[in-house]
Amino acid sequence: MPLLSIDQPLIPLAGGILIGLGTLLGAGASGVPPGISGLCSEILRAQKNAVGWRLVFVAGMIAGGLLVFRLSPAASAYRPSGSLLLMIVAGLLVGVGTRVGGGCTSGHGVCGIGLGSKRGFAGTLLFMGAAMVTVFVVRQIGGATP
Amino acid sequence: MIHFFTLLFAGALFGAGLGLSGMTDPSRVIGFLDVTGNWDPSLALVMGGAIVSFGLGLVLWRRQSGGQGWFGHVLPKADSSPLDRPLVLGSIVFGIGWGLSGICPGPAIVNFGALRPEALAFVPAMGVGMILARVVFGADRD
Repeated sequence: MPLLSIDQPLIPLAGGILIGLGTLLGAGASGVPPGISGLCSEILRAQKNAVGWRLVFVAGMIAGGLLVFRLSPAASAYRPSGSLLLMIVAGLLVGVGTRVGGGCTSGHGVCGIGLGSKRGFAGTLLFMGAAMVTVFVVRQIGGATP
Repeated sequence: MIHFFTLLFAGALFGAGLGLSGMTDPSRVIGFLDVTGNWDPSLALVMGGAIVSFGLGLVLWRRQSGGQGWFGHVLPKADSSPLDRPLVLGSIVFGIGWGLSGICPGPAIVNFGALRPEALAFVPAMGVGMILARVVFGADRD
């Protein structure tokens, strides 16, 4: 049995707690709720003094992720869900949508709801709902079942 | 220097949590979104755990420090601006992209760092989308 198995229900909970603690530390050390789409957008915007700490956080994310992939075969599970062309289309939609909407799963979902923001609640309900409908529609038109 | 390592560590906790929780496996995320099919609800615990630990941690921190964070920063407060059209339309567009791919920005970054091909395609497209959001739709201009 692997050291860490994500089949155990407590593992996603533990992962979520790590995400929450990382968000908390990032918020306390920057004064900004560190939603990932916002970090990315500000890095691309390249304004003075706004890029450095965000790049450090993002570098930490990659380091933490790679470490866990190395430690746990279960965590390193990776089953892509479509073609590279589909990923480009989806990436564009995610980029436009998160910034027009002002947040992603972490920005609206974790930071927004965690702060008790009604925009966070509303955004999360909407993108979750839209994602569930999208998966349903893709299934109906014959998308492969992973 | 302490500031640097605090932020690096914060990011590392976040990235480790994404990997550990299964959020970096697109098919698992789609299984969570597939509520009318073979639904895998376990990822709800990821969001629940993250919201509660962040929210509760922030309340305790605020109580203990009177609202002061570290390095001269003030702990963030909720965005109290009203719901508006961009929030609604943008969130729906994001949800469509998330449902198509099973990838949202955090896992995209971690998978990009792991040089996974789909993320190497997704992340630059996401960056283009973010620039379009700003230039064409007026987002993030404050």
